[in-house]
Amino acid sequence: MWHDAVLVAGKDLRIEARSRVALWQVVPFAFLVLVLLAFAIGPDQTALRRAAPGIFWVALLFSTVLAIQRSVAVESGEGTRDGLRLSGIDPAGIFLGKAAAVGLQLLALQLVLWAGVTFLFDVRVHVVWLAVTASLLATVGLACAGVLYGALSAGLRVRDTLLPLLVLPVLAPVLLAGSKVWEAALDGNAASGTQWLKILVPFAVIYLVVGIVLYGPLQEAA
Amino acid sequence: MSAPTVRPSRPRWLDVVGILGVVALGFTVWLGLWITPPDVVQGNLARLLYIHPPLATVALYWVGAVAVGGSLLYLWPRTRSLFWDRLAASAVEVGAVFSALTLVTGSLWGRPAWGTWWTWDARLTSTALLLLLEVGYLALRRVPADPAVRARRCAVAALLIAVDIPLVHFSVDWWNTLHQGGTFIDPGFKIHASTSMSWTFLLGFVAFSLVFVWLLGVRYQVEVLQDAVGDQELEVSLAERWDEDTEHIGGDLVGQAPAPGRGAP
Repeated sequence: MWHDAVLVAGKDLRIEARSRVALWQVVPFAFLVLVLLAFAIGPDQTALRRAAPGIFWVALLFSTVLAIQRSVAVESGEGTRDGLRLSGIDPAGIFLGKAAAVGLQLLALQLVLWAGVTFLFDVRVHVVWLAVTASLLATVGLACAGVLYGALSAGLRVRDTLLPLLVLPVLAPVLLAGSKVWEAALDGNAASGTQWLKILVPFAVIYLVVGIVLYGPLQEAA
Repeated sequence: MSAPTVRPSRPRWLDVVGILGVVALGFTVWLGLWITPPDVVQGNLARLLYIHPPLATVALYWVGAVAVGGSLLYLWPRTRSLFWDRLAASAVEVGAVFSALTLVTGSLWGRPAWGTWWTWDARLTSTALLLLLEVGYLALRRVPADPAVRARRCAVAALLIAVDIPLVHFSVDWWNTLHQGGTFIDPGFKIHASTSMSWTFLLGFVAFSLVFVWLLGVRYQVEVLQDAVGDQELEVSLAERWDEDTEHIGGDLVGQAPAPGRGAP
């Protein structure tokens, strides 16, 4: 399973490295969301600083949807999914590989967003370990849940409109918990932030386990 | 050529449940509006609580149990049957209606009690998210597909949504809680209300549970009919097209030569 996962992740990341869709579309889109939300809030620096954690996570969530759509699109070519199934690769391996590829892209994206938020909203993370832990946990959760819902919508003609409707309400707990952890990390209040990690941990674990179990039946359904 | 027809067959027990549900609902309204006294603190506003908590209970627990149970039983190879798939889908659709009604009645209560139609309270927010999750499931359900493929896809979606609901509940609960805890019944099941009020409250639960079972059964029947019509759709369309063609040809050829089908004199 792990070997298969590495193979699939390597394939997806190589495709990304060659096509550079993540770099030229997903990253600029995330930045665009930062700027647009700042426009909506106005130039008041205090308000922007207060909203910065939420803006960071909203931008990340929207970009996650794009990353998942891209991850599904890679497999949408004529017979590609059938090819993948015929290759004898363990479905759990495919799931883990695709989630790992999306997760690595999301981590890179978060670094860019972090820089963007620091630069545009003039905020500083005081408890770095807290923000990093939240990012790592959220990345696992977002990538696993995202790939699962991506598989659910794969092969449908209405995929692009259906996926955000399906996946964004599901990701709401990550948005809430992530924003709260970031708020605590910006204020230097580690204790209140740790409480919110208790949402991110089960989210990541549940979707990881459910994905390993259900990806096989899902692939057959698609 | 006549189009094939699908005959509905509704079991008798379902009609009985429906009648009982409507009668119980009527009694709840009568007791709630005319017989029970106004609340000491909330006055007449408390009367909304005879329907709001029952609606919420059905929306969350009954719907959740049927949707998750049905989806699991469909995915389990030994019990795989479209019956479970249709039951789960019907539960989610009825659940969406109950969730929406929970939000509406809560909002009607919130305006005079809290001074606002909507507040970002934990239970309001989590119910709104539940409704959105249900709408997502129903959107997936609407995507045309072979019944077996659709059933599997929807069963997985229902389970994925179900695992998310406790997380939504806890996160939103921590995020903001204004909503009161149990007021009528404390964890020791001790009821703090006058006798007529508590009986009306309990009757509300029974009434909405019966209405839920009835709507679930009716929706299930509709689901069966929809699938049957879906199967016959091509046949029906072809039959209609054939009728149009023969009428047209018949019209052109009247008086010249005998035409097949309806066009024949």
